[in-house]
Amino acid sequence: MKQETDVLLRVEHLKEYFDISTGFFSSKPLKAVDDVSFEIRRGETLGLVGESGCGKTTVGRTILHLYKPTGGKVFFEGKEIASKEDLLNFRKKATMVFQDPYSSLNPRMTVSDIIGEPLDIHKVYQDKKERMDRILELMGHVGLNSEHAARYAHEFSGGQRQRIGIARALALNPAFIVCDEPVSALDVSIQAQVINMFDELQDKLGLTYLFIAHDLLIVKHISDRIAVMYLGKMVELADADEIYNHPLHPYTQSLISAVPVPDPKIARANQRIALSGDIPSPLNAPSGCPFRTRCRYASEVCAESMPEFKEVSAGHFVACHRLAEIG
Amino acid sequence: MALLEVRNLRTSFFTAAGEVKAVNGISFDLERHKVLGIVGESGSGKSVTAYSIMQILDANGKITGGSIKLDGQELVGAGEKVMKTVRGNKVSIIFQDPMTSLNPTYTIGHQLIEAITLHTDRDKKQARDRGIELLKLVNVNEPEKRMKQYPFELSGGMRQRVMIAMALSCEPDILIADEPTTALDVTIQAQILELMKSLQDQLGMAIIMITHDLGVVAQLCDEVIVMYAGSICEQGTADEIFYHPHHSYTKGLLRSIPSAETDGKKLQPITGTPIDLLNMPKGCPFAPRCEDAMHICINEPCERMDINENHKAACWMNVKALLTEEKGGALHETGN
Repeated sequence: MKQETDVLLRVEHLKEYFDISTGFFSSKPLKAVDDVSFEIRRGETLGLVGESGCGKTTVGRTILHLYKPTGGKVFFEGKEIASKEDLLNFRKKATMVFQDPYSSLNPRMTVSDIIGEPLDIHKVYQDKKERMDRILELMGHVGLNSEHAARYAHEFSGGQRQRIGIARALALNPAFIVCDEPVSALDVSIQAQVINMFDELQDKLGLTYLFIAHDLLIVKHISDRIAVMYLGKMVELADADEIYNHPLHPYTQSLISAVPVPDPKIARANQRIALSGDIPSPLNAPSGCPFRTRCRYASEVCAESMPEFKEVSAGHFVACHRLAEIG
Repeated sequence: MALLEVRNLRTSFFTAAGEVKAVNGISFDLERHKVLGIVGESGSGKSVTAYSIMQILDANGKITGGSIKLDGQELVGAGEKVMKTVRGNKVSIIFQDPMTSLNPTYTIGHQLIEAITLHTDRDKKQARDRGIELLKLVNVNEPEKRMKQYPFELSGGMRQRVMIAMALSCEPDILIADEPTTALDVTIQAQILELMKSLQDQLGMAIIMITHDLGVVAQLCDEVIVMYAGSICEQGTADEIFYHPHHSYTKGLLRSIPSAETDGKKLQPITGTPIDLLNMPKGCPFAPRCEDAMHICINEPCERMDINENHKAACWMNVKALLTEEKGGALHETGN
């Protein structure tokens, strides 16, 4: 592990439970994120993958305290985010890019107002001209023309809207950005443009990303390390190449084998590790290891306890009881 | 004779802003027992092509020209009576979103039985047995129980299986799948694609697979059509399209996908923004975004030409290549 100073953000035992009402007076906790710990180093991109309902978006939102964490701690630059003041400072340095470029931009605001809103909220500029100059600079960063400033979001295509969302996220000079499926709503030909832009901005501005997505090919391309989640738990975390070439957790193995490769010869030869059944409801998560109901290797011990999330080789963390047998 | 022959099909939507030419003169054949993939971005006209074949366009949409022949029978202008015997019986379709395409107020069983009794002369009891048989065919567990459940009680993958069962209830010659796995997770997507492949082997119907995901095409399709702005820019066997693309758009698409080769490098995106169908350029629709665009590309649309017997492309670059090789005589246009 690298030194503490390298770590920009550390998450310890993060929990986020939502109360779901099951009757007039009864409710049940939905464990969207259950005891997740990891750290993100300065300047790196951590990819977070998993199927819908696995809690990856909730992790991103809970880190930013858009949801109040049910339990656990978030440390930013070595300091725990505990008080309201910490949070205010943290929110200047940590921002978010949302999945849907249509619903995440206010249709009644012009582009310059959308990008300028964080500046206004944190009262960064008193001078109108300085504020406008900053907005135009941000628009330049994401490849928008200055003449777009007075237009409304509906006048733009999906890719351009996502650029507006990114400019807004950059407004306060953040160190850390949570990118929540930022390209999944875009066309293939536009995805690559936006991915490249994330890359360039990271080099230019020294940004750190938590990149949440379900498209493994894209996550592998952009990430330094990849974390895999299943039903609220983190099951594997390793370097991008390591996890792609030597996945250890049975879930990661089938996830990677399920990726449709755009190459007919490879696709025909590919031996998929088929998963039977669907992801269980997080309201009725299985006991012990959450993956055991779909796992080929599951045994009695898997039903009894949740396996520990431990480091099996340098920087490669896995949570599986049956690792020795799978090896 | 091909099972389905589409010739010079044109479909437009008449909106307040003007005529949107969603499908702009496309021609292709679908042979029996084959899987044809139609790839393209949103707005390329791939779904509208499917809806035109089924004639289930929105009220402001209209087929403005061309011909669609199913087993030699002309469908354009054939009328609703004929189409009712085609839809479901000979051609059926499954949609992207399995939640909105099932009726939430009826049980799965009710909807399956309705489809079966409507299209065959089975009575209700027989239809129910057939429904259970179909659910078994698409690997739905506990089919008797599922028949009594409502769509909201099933997961997305399960709902899509029910949709497939319903589409197959009358053993159609052609199954059109309009982005059937886009709303699903990768592991569920893999299950559904595997299921479609095995059903096709078992039942031998032809499939038209509409998708934007080249990975899905590579896995499933024998033939591929690449569409851009309502036109077919390239068409051929899967191997030809993936390994020897001849249209700048196809090349750009294949280049822009992350792979082992792009590791640690920049991706090579297609520049520019998607086309505005209300303001179509007069030349090749892809020319404004094409790196290799020449004068002729901007001024003249390119006809599709044979690259070889398994491959056609509509790109002036191929003409240029031929002319520089001074083999202009080998060039002949597909005259349809």
